[in-house]
Amino acid sequence: MTALSPVEAEPLLYNTTSNRPNPMYDKTIAEQSRALASGEISSVELTQTYLDRIRLFDGDINSFITVTEALALEQAAAADQRRAAGDANAMTGIPVAHKDLFCTQGVKTSCGSKMLDNFIAPYESTVTGKFRDAGAVMLGKTNMDEFAMGSSNENSHYGPVKNPWDKSAIPGGSSGGSAAAVAAQLAAGATGTDTGGSIRQPASHCGITGMKPTYGRVSRWGMVAYASSLDQAGPMTRSAEDAAIMLNTMAGFDNQDSTCLDHEVPDYTATLNDSLEGLTIGLPKEYFAAGLDSEVEQQIRNAIAEYEKLGANVKEVSLPNARLCIPAYYVIAPAEASSNLSRFDGVRFGHRCEDPKDLMDLYIRSRSEGFGEEVKRRIIVGTYALSAGYYDAYYRKAQQIRRLIRDDFLNAFKECDVIMGPNAPTSAFDIGSMSNDPVAMYLSDIYTLSVNLAGLPGLSVPAGMANQRPVGLQIIGQHFDEARLLNIGHRFQQATDWHQKSPALV
Amino acid sequence: MAIDASGVKKVAKLARLSIDDDAVEVTAATISSILELVDSMQAVDTLGVEPLAHPLDAIQRLRPDQVTEENQREQLQGCAPAVEEGLFLVPRVIE
Repeated sequence: MTALSPVEAEPLLYNTTSNRPNPMYDKTIAEQSRALASGEISSVELTQTYLDRIRLFDGDINSFITVTEALALEQAAAADQRRAAGDANAMTGIPVAHKDLFCTQGVKTSCGSKMLDNFIAPYESTVTGKFRDAGAVMLGKTNMDEFAMGSSNENSHYGPVKNPWDKSAIPGGSSGGSAAAVAAQLAAGATGTDTGGSIRQPASHCGITGMKPTYGRVSRWGMVAYASSLDQAGPMTRSAEDAAIMLNTMAGFDNQDSTCLDHEVPDYTATLNDSLEGLTIGLPKEYFAAGLDSEVEQQIRNAIAEYEKLGANVKEVSLPNARLCIPAYYVIAPAEASSNLSRFDGVRFGHRCEDPKDLMDLYIRSRSEGFGEEVKRRIIVGTYALSAGYYDAYYRKAQQIRRLIRDDFLNAFKECDVIMGPNAPTSAFDIGSMSNDPVAMYLSDIYTLSVNLAGLPGLSVPAGMANQRPVGLQIIGQHFDEARLLNIGHRFQQATDWHQKSPALV
Repeated sequence: MAIDASGVKKVAKLARLSIDDDAVEVTAATISSILELVDSMQAVDTLGVEPLAHPLDAIQRLRPDQVTEENQREQLQGCAPAVEEGLFLVPRVIE
C-alpha cells in the first residue's frame, strides 16, 4: 500500500450515511461533467484523485490489471485544453476504466489470460476509440474472468477481484473488475461486456448500474471475441443517467463489425424523465419460482412496489422455455468460443511455449500453458458439440431452442412493455465457495442468459441489500428499447437512494 | 451423454490442448457433468423449428470487394513471438 499522496485532500473514508458533502469521486459522471464545465475542478485534478484512490485501495480489491497513469494524466491535460477551447461534450475529461478485453493501441490487453499477458494491442477497439475521441480519460484496464468466461471473477490469471462491499465475496463476473472499480469509486464509470450476464450480474452484486444493450447496438470491433453471436458491450456506472451518457458515446453503426445494426441512435439522456404512468411491467412467473433466495425476492418485490407508486401496472407473464436457457447457452457459447479461440496458436501473437519440437507441439503446449482451466473446459465442450456426428444434437438443437426462448419474449411483450426480475438467485457468494463446481456456477446464470440468447437489452439497477450484500433489479426491454430502460431506471433512482450508497473502504 | 478419459483426450487433441494424465479422469467427470446438464435439451420437441443464428434475424452484410486495409505488417508483427524478414517463424514443417 502506497503512502497518501499530497493532492488527496478529501476524506479517504467516506460513507453515505455520514453528513459530509460529497467529495468529487462520490459524484456521478453527470455531476462531474457539470463541475468540469463550471471550472470547479479540472480533469487533471479529477484524474489524479482517482489515480490516488487506485493506489490506496486497489492493492486489496484487485480491480485493475493495468493502470495507465501517465497516459491518463496526458489525456486529462488534453481534455482540459479541449474544454477551454469550447469543444467539450459530456464525457470530455471524465476518468473511466475499460474492461481488459477491449483492444487499446499500445496498451496491454490481456483478457485476464496468461495467453495474452504479453499482448500489446496493435489497434484500438471501436468502443475505446469512441471514448478517446470524445476526450474521456482512460485510467486503465480492468480485471475480468479469463476470456470473459465466468460468473465470479475467480478465473483470472491476475487473481480474483474482491467485492468492495465485503472482501470475502465475489464481485460477480465476468466484468467483475469494472463493477468493483465503479463501486469502490476508483473510476467514474467503466465499460463491460455481457455474453451471458457479465455486465448485469456484477453490477447487481456490486450495487451499481449496468446495461447490456441490444445485440448489434454497440460495435464488437476490437473486443476479444468469446461467443460472437451473444457478446455485447455496455456501460457500468453509478446511475442510469450516467449509463445514458456513456451509451450515447458507445452506440452506433460500425462498418468494421458485420453484425452491428444500422439503426438510429437516440439521445439516451433526452427521455430520462419521461413519466411511467401507464407502463405495464411483466413479471415472469418462472423468475420467482423455487431457487430464488427469499431476501433477494423481497428486495425485488419492494422495487416493483415502488414502480406501482410511480404509476406502473404489474401483471404476471410466462416465459415457458426459460429453464432451457442454461443448456442452450452452455452449448452455443462454448461452441463459438472453441472456434474463436482457435486463433491462439502461439504463432502470430500471444503466449508461445519454450523450445517446441514440432508445429503440433508448439500449438498444443502454447495453448495448454496459456489457457486456464475454465477456458480449456469450455473449448473442450464446444469442440465436442461441433465435432462430426454431434452438431445436430448439440449446436443445431441449441439454436432451435434459442428461437423458442426469443419467441417467448416476443409473446410476453405483447402483454407488457418491460419485464422485471432478479439478476441472480442470490446476492454475491463467498470467494471460493463454488469454484470447484462449474455446473453449480452455471446454474446461477439462470436469469440473465436468455436475454443474450434473445438479443434483448437488459439493465440492472441497485435495489437493496440481501444478506448484507447488494441486490440489483433486472429490467428487460424489447429490441432497441435502451432509452426506455434507462428512463425506467432513472425514475426509480429519483425515488430511491440505493444507487447512492457506497461501501466504506479501509 | 457421458464422456470417458479416452474420449476427452481425443477431443482435447482436436482442440490442440493436452490434459495431464493425472487430471484426465477428473476432467472427464467434469465434462460429463456439463454434458449431462446440456442434455436436458434433448427432451424438447424442436421438430420444424428453424435454428436462430441472429436474434434479430439479420443477415450477413457484404462489403464491396475492394482493398481497404493498408499494409501494417511491421506493426502487426510487433507482438509476434518470432519473426524474420517479415515471416512468422515456426518449427520446421517440411524435412
